[in-house]
Amino acid sequence: MSAPAESPHPAASARISPKLGGATASGAAAPAGPGPAPHQQNGPAQNQMQVPSGYGVHPQNYIAPSGHYPQGPGKMTSLPLDSQCGDYYSGLYTVPTQNVVTPNTANQQPGAQHMYGRGPPAPHIVGSTPGSFQGAASPTLHLHTSAAQRYSHFVNHYSSPAVYSANSSVASQGFPSTCAHYAMSTVSTAAYPSVSYPSLPAGDPYGQQMFTSQNAPTVRPLRENSFSGHSTAISHPSPLPPPPSHQYHQPQSLSGCSTLSWSASGLPSTQHNIVRNHTGSLATANSNPTNTVTDSLSCPVMQNVQPLKSSPVVSTVLSGASSTRTPPAANRTVEPVASVTQPSELLQQKGMQYGDYVNNQASSAPTPLSSTSDDEEEEEEDEEAGVDSSSTTSSASPMPNSYDALEGGSYPDMLSSSASSPAPDPAPEPDAAPAPAPASSAPQPSKMAKPFGYGYPTLQPGYQNATAPPNSGVAPSSPGYSGFQPYAQQYPGMNQLSSGLGGLSLQSSPQPESLRPINLTQERNILPVTPVWAPVPNLNLDLKKLNCSPDSFRCTLTNIPQTQALLNKAKLPLGLLLHPFRDLTQLPVITSNTIVRCRSCRTYINPFVSFIDQRRWKCNLCYRVNDVPEEFMYNPLTRSYGEPHKRPEVQNSTVEFIASSDYMLRPPQPAVYLFVLDVSHNAVEAGYLTILCQSLLENLDKLPGDSRTRIGFMTFDSTIHFYNLQEGLSQPQMLIVSDIDDVFLPTPDSLLVNLYESKELIKDLLNALPNMFTNTRETHSALGPALQAAFKLMSPTGGRVSVFQTQLPSLGAGLLQSREDPNQRSSTKVVQHLGPATDFYKKLALDCSGQQTAVDLFLLSSQYSDLASLACMSKYSAGCIYYYPSFHYTHNPSQAEKLQKDLKRYLTRKIGFEAVMRIRCTKGLSMHTFHGNFFVRSTDLLSLANINPDAGFAVQLSIEENLTDTSLVCFQTALLYTSSKGERRIRVHTLCLPVVSSLADVYAGVDVQAAICLLANMAVDRSVSSSLSDARDALVNAVVDSLSAYGSTVSNLQHSALIAPSSLKLFPLYILALLKQKAFRTGTSTRLDDRVYAMCQIKCQPLIHLMKMIHPNLYRIDRLTDEGAIHVNDKVVPQPPLQKLSAEKLTREGAFLMDCGSVFYIWIGKSCDNHFIEDVLGYPNFASIPQKMTHLPELDTLSSERARSFITWLRDNRPLSPVLHVVKDESPAKTEFFQHLIEDRTEAAFSYYEFLLHIQQQICK
Amino acid sequence: MEAVVFVFSLLDCCALIFLSVYFIITLSDLECDYINARSCCSKLNKWVIPELIGHTIVTVLMLVSLHWFIFLLNLPVATWNIYRFIMVPSGNMGVFDPTEIHNRGQLKSHMKEAMIKLGFHLLCFFMYLYSMILALIND
Repeated sequence: MSAPAESPHPAASARISPKLGGATASGAAAPAGPGPAPHQQNGPAQNQMQVPSGYGVHPQNYIAPSGHYPQGPGKMTSLPLDSQCGDYYSGLYTVPTQNVVTPNTANQQPGAQHMYGRGPPAPHIVGSTPGSFQGAASPTLHLHTSAAQRYSHFVNHYSSPAVYSANSSVASQGFPSTCAHYAMSTVSTAAYPSVSYPSLPAGDPYGQQMFTSQNAPTVRPLRENSFSGHSTAISHPSPLPPPPSHQYHQPQSLSGCSTLSWSASGLPSTQHNIVRNHTGSLATANSNPTNTVTDSLSCPVMQNVQPLKSSPVVSTVLSGASSTRTPPAANRTVEPVASVTQPSELLQQKGMQYGDYVNNQASSAPTPLSSTSDDEEEEEEDEEAGVDSSSTTSSASPMPNSYDALEGGSYPDMLSSSASSPAPDPAPEPDAAPAPAPASSAPQPSKMAKPFGYGYPTLQPGYQNATAPPNSGVAPSSPGYSGFQPYAQQYPGMNQLSSGLGGLSLQSSPQPESLRPINLTQERNILPVTPVWAPVPNLNLDLKKLNCSPDSFRCTLTNIPQTQALLNKAKLPLGLLLHPFRDLTQLPVITSNTIVRCRSCRTYINPFVSFIDQRRWKCNLCYRVNDVPEEFMYNPLTRSYGEPHKRPEVQNSTVEFIASSDYMLRPPQPAVYLFVLDVSHNAVEAGYLTILCQSLLENLDKLPGDSRTRIGFMTFDSTIHFYNLQEGLSQPQMLIVSDIDDVFLPTPDSLLVNLYESKELIKDLLNALPNMFTNTRETHSALGPALQAAFKLMSPTGGRVSVFQTQLPSLGAGLLQSREDPNQRSSTKVVQHLGPATDFYKKLALDCSGQQTAVDLFLLSSQYSDLASLACMSKYSAGCIYYYPSFHYTHNPSQAEKLQKDLKRYLTRKIGFEAVMRIRCTKGLSMHTFHGNFFVRSTDLLSLANINPDAGFAVQLSIEENLTDTSLVCFQTALLYTSSKGERRIRVHTLCLPVVSSLADVYAGVDVQAAICLLANMAVDRSVSSSLSDARDALVNAVVDSLSAYGSTVSNLQHSALIAPSSLKLFPLYILALLKQKAFRTGTSTRLDDRVYAMCQIKCQPLIHLMKMIHPNLYRIDRLTDEGAIHVNDKVVPQPPLQKLSAEKLTREGAFLMDCGSVFYIWIGKSCDNHFIEDVLGYPNFASIPQKMTHLPELDTLSSERARSFITWLRDNRPLSPVLHVVKDESPAKTEFFQHLIEDRTEAAFSYYEFLLHIQQQICK
Repeated sequence: MEAVVFVFSLLDCCALIFLSVYFIITLSDLECDYINARSCCSKLNKWVIPELIGHTIVTVLMLVSLHWFIFLLNLPVATWNIYRFIMVPSGNMGVFDPTEIHNRGQLKSHMKEAMIKLGFHLLCFFMYLYSMILALIND
C-alpha cells in the first residue's frame, strides 16, 4: 500500500474520489467533517446534517449498501485496485510522505501510509469532531464500533496491502483513509499546484503525470477537491456544492493533520506508532501527505461502511457470485476486530477477479513481455473491429478475472439459480444494520435533500449501500444517504440484490422503486422537491464505483436491452449524452511510452477489461485477447511489478494520457486566436466593441496558451481591415482591403502576432478600437469575405476565430436576405426557414474544420439576422454560438452584462485544438446519428477543430446484433486534442452498463433526463429536415408510445388509468416542457432567430444545462431558512424545496426565484412581505421597486445574505453566468416569467393535466 | 432508325452502369473510411447531374420513339432522380451532403439506392441489347 500511496498521481486520486462517488464521498465527508470540524465548523456541520438525514430516511439504502459491501470487499480483495486508486492519488501527492514511511517494511508501509491518512481522520471522528461527526455516528449505533470499523474499512481499501502483509495494522489504515479525505482538500489546494514531487523517481511516469496535472490552473485542483468533497456530499442526501467543499476540504486537511493525535490514542499501539510516523512525515511535507490522504479517503469510505457491520454479515451478503470479492474486503476490515475468521474468507474470495489476480501475480513472477503496444495510428483514425477477438468468449477464460466472473450472479441468468439464496442474505443484513441508523438519522434527510448539480449521483447509491450495512459506517456515509433519498427509494430492492448478486433481475426482487406504477393523472405532486439525479446502473459495487461520472457520460437506458426487438418494444430512445471536455478538478494524467490499446478495435485499456492472467487482458469491446506490454506491468504508483490491474488506467474510468508523437499528424499547434469584428454603423451603435475590448484587455494574460500564443484582429464593414501588429512598430497599422470579391492578405506574416512579443501594440489597438469607428456611416456588412480572409489567415496553423456580427450580411459572398415574416411568428402551422439559406457558411465551416480552425459566432443583433444560416459556420467547425437579441450597451444593460460575463468565461476557459473524438461501443451496438457541433469525418470519428468545456454531444445507438452473449456493454469516448500548452493529450471516458432481457428491467433503468435531451436533439433534426409540426408530433408520440407499451406489457393494472413506472413519471412533464420550449412552441410569438438559437443550444449544451433550459427550477425565496442548508466556503446556502412550475404555487405574499439556466427571474408578488422587499431588494415597499432591476443589493440582513448566497451558489454551478431579472407582478416583463410556468394552460398549449388526458386519449385509441 | 435508338440507349445505359458502380465504390470507400466524407460527397455530387441527364434522355427517347413499355419502366427511376435533385435543401451541398451522410443511416440508403439502380440499369442493358438485335434483324 505504501508504495501505491506514494506513487499515485494527485490527479488520479482526485479522479478516484469522484468515481467512488458515493462511497468515497460519504467516507470522505464523514472524515472530513470530523477532521475539519475543529478547524472548520462548516464541514462537520454538513456532515452531521447529511448523515442523520440519510440514515433516517432510507433504511433501504442501508440494505443496498450491504450489496455494495460485497462488492467493496471484492474490491478490497482486489485491493490493489481501490488502494491503487487511492495510492495513485495519494502516491502522487504523498510521494514525499511516502518516502518517510517507506523505510518501514513493505507490508507495513502500506498500512503506515494508510495510517497516515487514516490516522488523522479517525481521531477526527472520535474526538475532534465530536459534535458533528460523533453526533452523527452515535445515533446510528455504536460509536466505538464505528471507529473500529472505520479502521477496518480503511484497511480494506488499502487492504490489498494489508492482506498481503497479513492484516497488520488495520485500524491504523482505517484512520488514514479518513485522513485521505482531508488530505485531498489540502492536496488540491496547496500541495497540488505548488508541490514538486522530488521523491518520485525520475523513471516514474506518474511523477510526470503529477506535474502535468499541475499544469491545469490552480483553480481546477481546488474544484477537484471540492469534487471529492462533493462526491461525499453527493453520497449524502444533500451533497454540498462542489465549490464549497473545496474550501472546506482545505481546512479539513489541516484538521486532519491535527487529528492524527486523536487517531493515535484510539488506535492500537502499533498503529499509534505508524500514525505518529505519518504525522511526522506529514509535518515535514504536509501537502504531500494530504494528497495521499485524499486518495485513500475515497476508498476508505467504502471500507468504513463494511467494517461497521460485522464481517461475517458482510460475507454472507456477498455470498453471491459477486459477493465473493466483497467478503474478503469485509473480512479484512473486520480483521482488526476479529482477525482469525477473515483471512480464510479472503482466500475463499478467489472468485473475485482481483483476488485471483493477485494470487496469480504473487505466484508468478512478472515475466518481461514484449510490449504489446502497437503502432498507434495517427489521430486514432485507424479503427478496425477485431473479429478475431470475439472468438474468445468470456466464459472461455479460465480466470475469474473475466467479466462474467465479476458479474457473477448479478445477471439474469445467474439470478434464477442464485436469486433465492442470495436474496435472503442481503436482505437480513441490510435491514438489521441499516434499520437503527436510519431511525436515528431520519430527521435530516429532508434537509439534505438538496443535492448539488455536481454530485455524482450514480455513485451515491452504491455508496449508500456500502455504508449502510455497517452501523459505524453510517456516520460518514449518512450525509450521502440523505441526498439520495429518491434514489434509495427507487433502487433499494435492486441495490440489495445487486449487493449480493452483483445485479439481480428485477423479478427476483420485490418490485424496485423505479418500476412502482404511478397513476399520472392522480399524482398531483409529480415533481420531487429535490433535483433529479441520474439513475445508477444496476451493476455490482465494484463496477459501480469505477463507472464514469454521469456528468460526463450518460445513457438514456441504464439497462441496455438485449435485442433490437426488445428496444423497439420499449419504444424508448437509446443513445448517449456526452460532456467529454467538462472541467474536471481531479483527473488522473498518465504519461507512458506505450498507451495500452486493443490491437484490433483500438480501445484504450479501461477499468472494465478483464485480465485473463498477468500477461493478457481481454478487450471489453471486441473481446480480443491482448498482451499486456512490459511497461504496463510496472506500477509506478506502488513501484511494484506485476500488478497491471492496479495501474491508474485500470482504476479510473476517466483518464487522460499524454500522447506521443504517434498521435500527431504535425507538431502540436500553438494557441491561435483571431477576432473578426463587425464595425459597421449598426455595430458601433450597439456598442459591443467597448465591452469586448475591455474584456480582452482584462483577460489578455489569462488566454489559455503558452509562449507561442498568437493573436490577430480583423474588422469589417463593407471593406475588410487588417491590423499589422508586428513587433517593432510604434503603433498598430491598419490595412484596408476593399476588394471583397477576391480577398487577399496584405501582409500574411504580421497579422497574427505573438501575444507576448506584441503585447503593447495589442493593448494600444484594443484601447483605440472602440473609438476608431464612431463616426462610420457604413451600414453594409461583408461578413462572407471577412470569413474567407480569416480562413486564409488561419489555415497554416488552425486555431479559433471569434466572429462578432450584428446584422444580416449584405455584401459579397454569403450575403443573406431577410426570410422572416413577422406575421408568421405566432403561427401554429408552418414554421419555415429553420434551415440555412445558403451552403456558403457550411462549406466555409468544412474548409475551416479541415484546417483545424473553429469559428465561434457572437450574434448581437436587434433584428432578424438569419441565425439559421450563420450558425452553420460554427456548427460544422465545432465552434460555439452566442446570441444576444436586442443587444445594446446602454438600452439593454442586462444583455451587456451577460456579454461581459460570457466573454470572461469564453476567453479564459480551457480549450483544446485540432481535436478528434471517437466513440466506441461493445460489438453488437452501433452508432448512427450524432448531435452537437462537429463534423463527422467517418462513421465514428468526430472532427473537432476546437473543443471547449461547455460543449455537449449526443449519439443515437441501435442494437445490430443480439447481446445475448454478454451481460455488460461498454462505451468509450476518446478525445484526442492539443492542449493550449502544446501537449497532445487523450481524454478517455468509459461507461459500463448491464444488459437485460426483460422489458421491465428496461423500464426500470430509464434515465428520463437523458432520454428527454436525446429526444430534443432528434426533434431539432426533424424540425429542420421535415417540419416543426412533425417534430412536435414525434415528441408527443414518444410519450404515448412508451407509456402505452409499458401499460400493455409490464403493468398489470387496469388500462383506464394513465400508468407510468416511477422511472418515467416525469416523462410527460418534460415532454410538455419541450413542447413549450422556445424551439418547439407554436402559437406563441417567437422570433425565428430566437427559435433557431434555442435549437442550437439544444444541440450543443451538455445535459445538466439543457435540462434547466427545458424545465426550469422554481424556488420560493421569501422564507429561506437554514433548514437543510449546506455550507459552501464558510457561507450558509439555504436549500429551498423545488416548486412545480405552476401559477398555483405562486402566492401574492411570496417571492419566487426561477432558474432557467441562462437567466434567473425573481418574481415579486403584489402583497409580498415588506420586510422581504426591504431586507433583500432594498426598497421600502412593492410600489417602489423599479421595473428593471438586475442586481440584488448587498444588504447586511440575514434574509438578504441567504438570498444572495443561494443565488451565488446557483450561479457558481454553471459556466455562463446567468442574468438576473427582478420581475414585479404587474410589470410587462412578467409574461417572460409566466411563459416558463409550463404546467399551466396557455392560449396555445395544454396544461399538464390536459396534456395527460390527451396522452391517455391517444393511448386508448 | 429503331436500331439507332437502341444503340444509343445501349451506350447510354453502359455509361449509367459504370456510374452506378462508381457510386457504389465511392460510397463503400467512405463506409470503410478510405476517404473522408467531404471528398466523397464532392466526387459524387459532380456526377448527380450527368446521371440525371443521361437517364432522362433515354426516357424521353423512348417516349419519342413510342416504346411505351420501356418508357414506363424508366419513368419511375427518372422521376425519382429529378425529385431527389429538386428536393435538396438550400443549405445542403448537393444530393450528398458531407455533414449528413453519416447521420440517420443516410449512407446505407444511398448505398441501397445505388445498388438498386445498378440492377435496374443491368436489366435495361439486356433489354436494349435484345431490342437492338431485334431491330437490326428486322432491318
